[in-house]
Amino acid sequence: MNIAVINYNAGNIRSVVNALRRVGANPLLTDNPAEIEAADRVVLPGQGEAGHTMTSLREKGLTDLVRSLTQPVLGICIGQQLFCEYSEEGDTTCLGLFPGVKVRRFSSLWPSVPQKIPHIGWNTVCSLRSPIFNGIPEGSFMYFIHSFCCVPPDSPLAAATTEYGGISFCSALHKDNFYAVQFHPEKSGALGERILSNFLSLS
Amino acid sequence: MLAKRIIPCLDVKDGRTVKGTCFVNLREAGDPVELGKSYSAQGADELVFLDITASHEGRRTFTELVARIAAEISIPFTVGGGVSGVEDVARLLDAGADKVSVNSAALRKPGIIDSIAGHFGSQVCVVAIDAHCEENGEWQCYANGGRIPVERDLFAWAAEAADRGAGEILFTSMNHDGSRKGFANDALARLADSLPIPVIASGGAGCMQDFADAFSVGHADAALAAGVFHYGDIALSELKLFLQQQGIPIRIPPSLP
Repeated sequence: MNIAVINYNAGNIRSVVNALRRVGANPLLTDNPAEIEAADRVVLPGQGEAGHTMTSLREKGLTDLVRSLTQPVLGICIGQQLFCEYSEEGDTTCLGLFPGVKVRRFSSLWPSVPQKIPHIGWNTVCSLRSPIFNGIPEGSFMYFIHSFCCVPPDSPLAAATTEYGGISFCSALHKDNFYAVQFHPEKSGALGERILSNFLSLS
Repeated sequence: MLAKRIIPCLDVKDGRTVKGTCFVNLREAGDPVELGKSYSAQGADELVFLDITASHEGRRTFTELVARIAAEISIPFTVGGGVSGVEDVARLLDAGADKVSVNSAALRKPGIIDSIAGHFGSQVCVVAIDAHCEENGEWQCYANGGRIPVERDLFAWAAEAADRGAGEILFTSMNHDGSRKGFANDALARLADSLPIPVIASGGAGCMQDFADAFSVGHADAALAAGVFHYGDIALSELKLFLQQQGIPIRIPPSLP
């Protein structure tokens, strides 16, 4: 199976490559449109700022390509946010693959009591609704590190929700062949690796 | 529910783990990757690897070690020790580290925090602070592994670091480090309650109750320890069950069905 991990101006990409290797895959780190298009699985990973990462995808000529992919695609962290309509971070128009889902700053959602930002650490995922969560118990802990989150949590595209500081957000989203998680499965121990394996074995 | 984090810290010299007591008297304790994997399996939430090698050659060894850790370990890890510029951070992140901690270099050139946050994002920037409570009750910062006093107050410096873009503060109380008398909970609570970013408690862990106190009294977001884990005084898995029984939000890693 050919797995393409999209190489663009985002951090922490190597962790995803490492984790895919640990679950027995042999991923190709690439920004080559032909290689991405031909892959059986595509991963858009990384950490970064929404505006800069969208610009990087655009400069590499990959925005329309990513939108047009028909094989299973997994967005991780900033990858999930870029699949949404719009991000408050850098006032950025994103790929629009998840209609109605917007990326908001935690601090603009909290009415009064401020919480610590970034949201760093292990938090629980609930209302799991996606084949990538096969075998993952409700309320499992996953590793998060982010300051912006995808809302509304009651979106029909929500595949998992997580609560932080009294705010619920979409910790996973799913529409058609596009899967996305806000947390880092590549850093979430054995359960995270199970999610990556599930993604690779989607039929 | 965001869990409180338990973070074993591994001091690494020439590719091997060591642990200092009050920053002197190093004693060898094992292979960093094997030890890290073992902690991960027992339920560690993150790991910290500190390079205490001074030489250029040692730096290269450590970078190679970081790449091995990143390939083999499936939980987040922070690396630090001797980070003096953005190039060091880039090298360690390229090797696969999730976060990098800066200490003395930030005291000397605070702008390094802005540079790291600007280049790589706040989430990778952990500012480590070694501080000592002096006889007058002031918490003074120290550079160079606790050897050189710096004219900076812990609370003012931590607030400045957060303003400049630090993602987390790792506070080590030199009074408590190696003492096994518990964490510096008063100072921790003052830090944790005033800062907009997470605070990691370090220095003084001796028994399981000390961790509970760091969270419930010290309001820490995470607690770091070395010796009590390395020498088997506290088993991570038992510690996490203990904390859960105390009503502290804690991740108990399930075994897969």
